[in-house]
Amino acid sequence: MTACHGVAKSISIAFYGRDKFAAWEHPLNRAETSALDWPDVIYSNFRRAGIRQVGYVPDAGLSRLIQLCQSDPEIEDAVLTTEEEGIGLVAGAALGGQRAAILMQSSGVGNCVNMFSLVKQCRLPCLMFVTMRGEYAEFNPWQVSMGSITDACLRLCGFLVYRIEKAEDVADVVAAACDISFDSNQLVAVILSQRLVGRKRWNN
Amino acid sequence: MLHRREFVKQLLFERGDLLVICGLGTPTYDVAAADDDGSNFYLWGAMGSASMVGLGLALAQPDRRIAVFTGDGEMLMGLGSLATIGVKQPPNLAIVVLDNQHYGETGMQPSHTHSGISLVDVALGCRFKEARSFEKAEEAPLAREMMYSRPGPLFIHAHVAAQHLEQVLPERDGVILARNFTDRLRVGGRQ
Repeated sequence: MTACHGVAKSISIAFYGRDKFAAWEHPLNRAETSALDWPDVIYSNFRRAGIRQVGYVPDAGLSRLIQLCQSDPEIEDAVLTTEEEGIGLVAGAALGGQRAAILMQSSGVGNCVNMFSLVKQCRLPCLMFVTMRGEYAEFNPWQVSMGSITDACLRLCGFLVYRIEKAEDVADVVAAACDISFDSNQLVAVILSQRLVGRKRWNN
Repeated sequence: MLHRREFVKQLLFERGDLLVICGLGTPTYDVAAADDDGSNFYLWGAMGSASMVGLGLALAQPDRRIAVFTGDGEMLMGLGSLATIGVKQPPNLAIVVLDNQHYGETGMQPSHTHSGISLVDVALGCRFKEARSFEKAEEAPLAREMMYSRPGPLFIHAHVAAQHLEQVLPERDGVILARNFTDRLRVGGRQ
């Protein structure tokens, strides 16, 4: 690595604010990494990657991850009226030198299709976490229409799609997804399968 | 009724380190005609996203003023984003809607505002700190004062005449636009 390259890289990291995240302990963090649930693993990767904005439309499966982001003073959380707003949010964040992520349910992917052109045409990083409905032990048939085409839809729109079925794969895949999205300016969707997230309980 | 190009020119005159996001369509030509600068980011698609791009930028750059210039059609497609902005209350964000009450790029079909739908009322309902309509050229200094000095989120609604003006076309390549914008931000302010 040349000295010149090293300087450029340090400027880039400072611009994206990753350096502000050294040694900060979140109150909701659990002590043992091996015992973390998948929302905690994703959240700890948000910290590691220096993500400063998180837009979301709530889903029952995302509630703990949303709670972790809301209680972090270094992360601006934005509740959205529709998932497509999140694409504008991450684009604006990237233009302003910050990293951002979007959380949504699979039905929200369909709402975003034309908006994806923004991050694709401008080659901006776009990192999304999608909890699945309509694919496994689904109670509501209306969820199946979008759930059955979510992966294909994302690929058609130019996303790298990483599907997670098992809890033991979460840490590796989420870390890799964060890295390739921000280091290589890619559109990346991490699909959290309905089997991983668990059945929605209707009678509680 | 305001002349859209003159109004935008007055708002962007001596703009300092103002950052501009521009929604697709006719506002692009107005902003490019007034001041085609590297601190402008033009959306040539993704209709309805301009205000949200402005919000993401405002949160990322809290020490800079951000102005989103867009048309009534583009704003109508992203009405929900006014609610999202109202929740976040960014003090450095102004939305400027150039409302000619028509879809000017597609054959001048009347838009919802032509039937009396009030974007200012929507913005006030979404807890914008201030939302005002402007109709006369002599009010431009007040709009300027709002945009550059007052705490946001701000909503500046400009009643502009429905007219076809010369198209002033800025860069269309998204990678170049984004790169120019972030490069300018890294080195700080205008050069």
